Amino acid sequence: MVGKCSSAPPRVTLEDITKHFGPVVANDGVDFTLADAEIHALLGENGAGKTTLMNILYGLYRPDSGAIRVEGEIVQFDSPREAIAHGIGMVHQHFMLVPALTVLENVILGMRSKHEPLLDFGDFRRRVMDTARSYNLAVDVDARVSQLPVGVQQRVEILKALFRGARTLILDEPTAVLTPQEVDQFFDVLKGLREAGYSIVLITHKLHEVTALCDRVTVLRGGRVVGVERADNVTREQLARMMVGRDLPRSGERQEITPGAPVLEIEGIECLNARRLAALRGISLAVRRGEIVGIAGVDGNGQSELAEVIAGLRAPTAGQVRINGRDCTGATPRRCFDAGLGHIPQDRLGTGLVPELSVADNLVLQTHADSPFAQWGTLDRDAIAENAERQLEAFSIRAGSRDTATNTLSGGNQQKVILAREFSRHPDIMLAVQPTRGLDIAAAQFVHERLLAARAGNTGVLLISTELDEIMALSDRIAVIFEGRIVGVLDSATASRERVGLMMAGQDDDATARAAI
Amino acid sequence: MDVMLSEVFWIGLIAAAIRLATPILLASLGEILAERAGILNIGIEGMLLIGAFGGFLASHGTGSPWIGVLGGMIAGMALALLFAYLTITLAADQIVCGIMANLLAFGVTGFGHRVIFGMTTVIPSAPPLADWHIPGLAAIPVLGPILFQQNPLVYLGLVLVVACWFMLFRTSWGLKLRAVGEHPLAADSVGVSVRQVRYAAVLACGGLAGIGGAFLSLSQLSMFVEEMSAGRGFIALAVVIFARWHPVGALGASILFGAAEALQFRLQAQAADIPFQFLAILPYVLTVIALVSIVGRSVQPAALTRPYHKEGH
Amino acid sequence: MTDVPATMVTPSRVSQISRVVGQLAVAVVAALACGAVLILVAGANPVVGYVALFNGAFGSLNSIVEVLVKATPLLLAGLGIAIAFKSGYWNIGAEGQIFMGALAAVWVGLNAHGWPAYVAMPAIIGAGFLGGAVWGLIPGILRARIGASEIITTIMFNYIAFFVVNYFVTGPLVEADQFLPQTDPIAKSAELPRILRPTRLHAGIFIAMAATVALYWVMIRSTFGFRARVVGANEAAARYAGISVGWTWLVVSGVAGGLAGLAGMVEVAGVHQLLLEDISGGMGFTAIVVALLGWLHPVGVVIAAILFAALDVGADSMQRVIGVPVTLVYIIQALVVLFVLARSALEHDMFRRIWRRFRPE
Repeated sequence: MVGKCSSAPPRVTLEDITKHFGPVVANDGVDFTLADAEIHALLGENGAGKTTLMNILYGLYRPDSGAIRVEGEIVQFDSPREAIAHGIGMVHQHFMLVPALTVLENVILGMRSKHEPLLDFGDFRRRVMDTARSYNLAVDVDARVSQLPVGVQQRVEILKALFRGARTLILDEPTAVLTPQEVDQFFDVLKGLREAGYSIVLITHKLHEVTALCDRVTVLRGGRVVGVERADNVTREQLARMMVGRDLPRSGERQEITPGAPVLEIEGIECLNARRLAALRGISLAVRRGEIVGIAGVDGNGQSELAEVIAGLRAPTAGQVRINGRDCTGATPRRCFDAGLGHIPQDRLGTGLVPELSVADNLVLQTHADSPFAQWGTLDRDAIAENAERQLEAFSIRAGSRDTATNTLSGGNQQKVILAREFSRHPDIMLAVQPTRGLDIAAAQFVHERLLAARAGNTGVLLISTELDEIMALSDRIAVIFEGRIVGVLDSATASRERVGLMMAGQDDDATARAAI
Repeated sequence: MDVMLSEVFWIGLIAAAIRLATPILLASLGEILAERAGILNIGIEGMLLIGAFGGFLASHGTGSPWIGVLGGMIAGMALALLFAYLTITLAADQIVCGIMANLLAFGVTGFGHRVIFGMTTVIPSAPPLADWHIPGLAAIPVLGPILFQQNPLVYLGLVLVVACWFMLFRTSWGLKLRAVGEHPLAADSVGVSVRQVRYAAVLACGGLAGIGGAFLSLSQLSMFVEEMSAGRGFIALAVVIFARWHPVGALGASILFGAAEALQFRLQAQAADIPFQFLAILPYVLTVIALVSIVGRSVQPAALTRPYHKEGH
Repeated sequence: MTDVPATMVTPSRVSQISRVVGQLAVAVVAALACGAVLILVAGANPVVGYVALFNGAFGSLNSIVEVLVKATPLLLAGLGIAIAFKSGYWNIGAEGQIFMGALAAVWVGLNAHGWPAYVAMPAIIGAGFLGGAVWGLIPGILRARIGASEIITTIMFNYIAFFVVNYFVTGPLVEADQFLPQTDPIAKSAELPRILRPTRLHAGIFIAMAATVALYWVMIRSTFGFRARVVGANEAAARYAGISVGWTWLVVSGVAGGLAGLAGMVEVAGVHQLLLEDISGGMGFTAIVVALLGWLHPVGVVIAAILFAALDVGADSMQRVIGVPVTLVYIIQALVVLFVLARSALEHDMFRRIWRRFRPE
């Protein structure tokens, strides 16, 4: 398929693109070519510059130097408007949909209507529905986006791009929100688009997606291109080496541990979400000392609410939570911590840290009023500083100094601050929610090692993650969550990706579930 | 108290309520636009005040109350432009900037008034904006005095309610505005300029508040008094919440507050045994009650008070 | 509900403090320059005007004392606003809290005839604090328990307090002559003693100094101050860490109200010895600006309070000498905020750009 139109100029060419953010080089002389009707993987780990490069092509960022050609013609994009006009559409990893608006309003947002500025809703609705039908993207155009499941929202994003006349689609980590089975269907849609002449850039860090779907792959590392290969010409091992720049180290050693007494017991938990709709519908679960229980599931099936209930941040409407045997149902976060909970929250900067405060202060967020950090209601700055030095050392946190504001740290080091703080309190149960999201491989591996070390130290770990690979690699048992229910618990030794995938889509597996509990 | 039961009393009260609601309505329509675009404009009190002064000045200088209205609008927009620069371009805190804008308007109007008109005992006046009696309709009993013998700016306010509703929900401008206030990044990603939309919304807010201010100084008495906005801008902030960011709701809520004010004046004249202060606090107490009763049932624009930073440019 | 304003940085080091003071100085000079243009427009000589302003503020012992007397309530109310804003609680209600503190104080003062000073004085001070604290707590409760925006409720409470005081000074508590809208003088024993006769300097300045020291400890050194900073900087993180956001707001709304109430009390017991219709005269709003310019830091608030008091006192003599209305001072005050805001926003912007680049994709 590649090069079949060798005489015509390629769909998109990026030539020698360089982009700095301050002193950091996000893209360093990157060349990239996208042919007609090809699916081209842009592979690299977090921070490699994939998204930056595609944001440049989509007109969100302006390159410091370099040229963009579309169909051979040099173009300059000052905003996505011009990129869209050149037939480029992008589906971001975090969807760019306005939750309060309807699907139709989202799809036509920013487009010129026939009688500008009057919106001809009837005309738009007809045309949007036509487009949806012709690409098999079933969606209710009058539904509010906030009420749609994530998978459907992704369809809306693609519809949005296609309706604007995109012939080139950029998809940023599109499979993160899908079950393995949904991924297969999704790939079929993409193949169909390729047949119809569309060119697709697939931003990913998952090697199997490259070999299963793509025609070619460009690998980025540290903002530079380290290779462009035909996908059928390269092995996953080769790709992994290119991506990381060395052989992938083995994941941390798993010791055989016999789990001890339960440290976290959840029975029949029900709760509502922020929109007052049922989020959890009777969840029961136990985590024992020395085991990692992974919660697998597609984003938005109640994981956040489950974590909040355990951490005392959301009151359940029914059921019971016990930490170390102490009743913590609807308790304050303080009580949960005191009972022995450690919590690595999902939203690092938004919840886990106070970005404006120093690293030292962030390290005593919960313990600042306890000895030795305070006496008689007065902070002991020396003790806080000493603690900070110790933790910076122990977790090799790279910060200018302990007084550095936390928001100046890299994502990996921010996560290390949270890890240091939570582990230094010696919890009996560690609740880790999306602990490696957005981290590069080295930082992610550090997190994994710490979680395994905690397990070895006889701590119970509840790992909530949408990264199935992470769940499979770390967990002793895997509980699958779907629409606020645990549809089954599998022993990780016997669990297959396929079975977990089916369960993530809500296919109950009674027999296995019963066997595992 | 028989007076209170008479038809004349009620017609007068409702007509006055609509009249007194007008500056609050105009300001709250402006505030709806700003907040729907994600900008909380506490400075609207100052924009109302500076509009009152600008309107008075322009009318006094030119002899035309309509140029006065224009002057009020421009004065409001000028302050709004400064506010927009600080909050949008520099991404400074919106509440702090709003406080600053109010203080500035207070200083500028007080200073300007005293410098231009001196400390005379003669209160300067300007040509007022006369009421319009709509031919034919004004003669209708009951409805005529209530609706069709009002100040032209009252009619403008009613027209603007419809215009704002139409703009917000039936035009591409409104769609962009709502998107920018809910999820600016999403709007940006389809080529909508967040900065342009927010500037436009804040300027419109300042302009509308300025017209509302001009109404204060140019209708009826036609004079400027220092601090004459008397918290109406702040009440407009409450009206917006009460109205759930909807223009039609703002009309209803504004009339409610106008009625409280009208009732206060009337009771003051009728019932000497109630201290006037108890009636004077009515609108403010009502605002607090309204605010408390609406909590949890209204959802503000998701990006309200959040500055938007375009990266990578 | 809001992001932390650009002005909220805790200067913990001398270099940072001097930078902040330098920035403030630049802003003041720029604002005065703008003011000079306005004086020219008004047809007067700005040099003569500013000389008069400076002499009026610092030219004699008496004028310096006047500045301190003016600064005392600004400092008290400003400290309260500083801790409230630092906690993300937007108390715009100092004006009303000053009124209510003054009302409570005068009520005690009027009933204190025959009490010994060691009873009357603590009673009037306590009453002032309580009056303001209660008035500050109501919006605090509405915010913490119900979620009603304190920005609007505190503003409304200003107007309500004004009319309540107006009612008392024209009605139940009107002076015996019933001539002016003010109360009778309070009992001598309840007055804050003069400390530098014949000037108007009174013991209220010690209350303000004590409050500064106390607030310094609370905001900078105490565990409560730590929690308040966390709440103000990141509500979600505060909840996550087990800090009660609502309780923090309740405390700061009461403390801020109480301090503003003390400001009203010193005006009654230290300056006028009675309650006037407009005893505050906008001090509650000036105090907001004082708190912001003082970087929400107790030491900064002291500097800003003295600066603004000097502007206020100096403006009176400027008006006498060149005939420019005192309202010019409000413009200059607003411009000082504007210049500080613009500058720190620009710096903040650069800062933000620096850290953004470290963020992963």
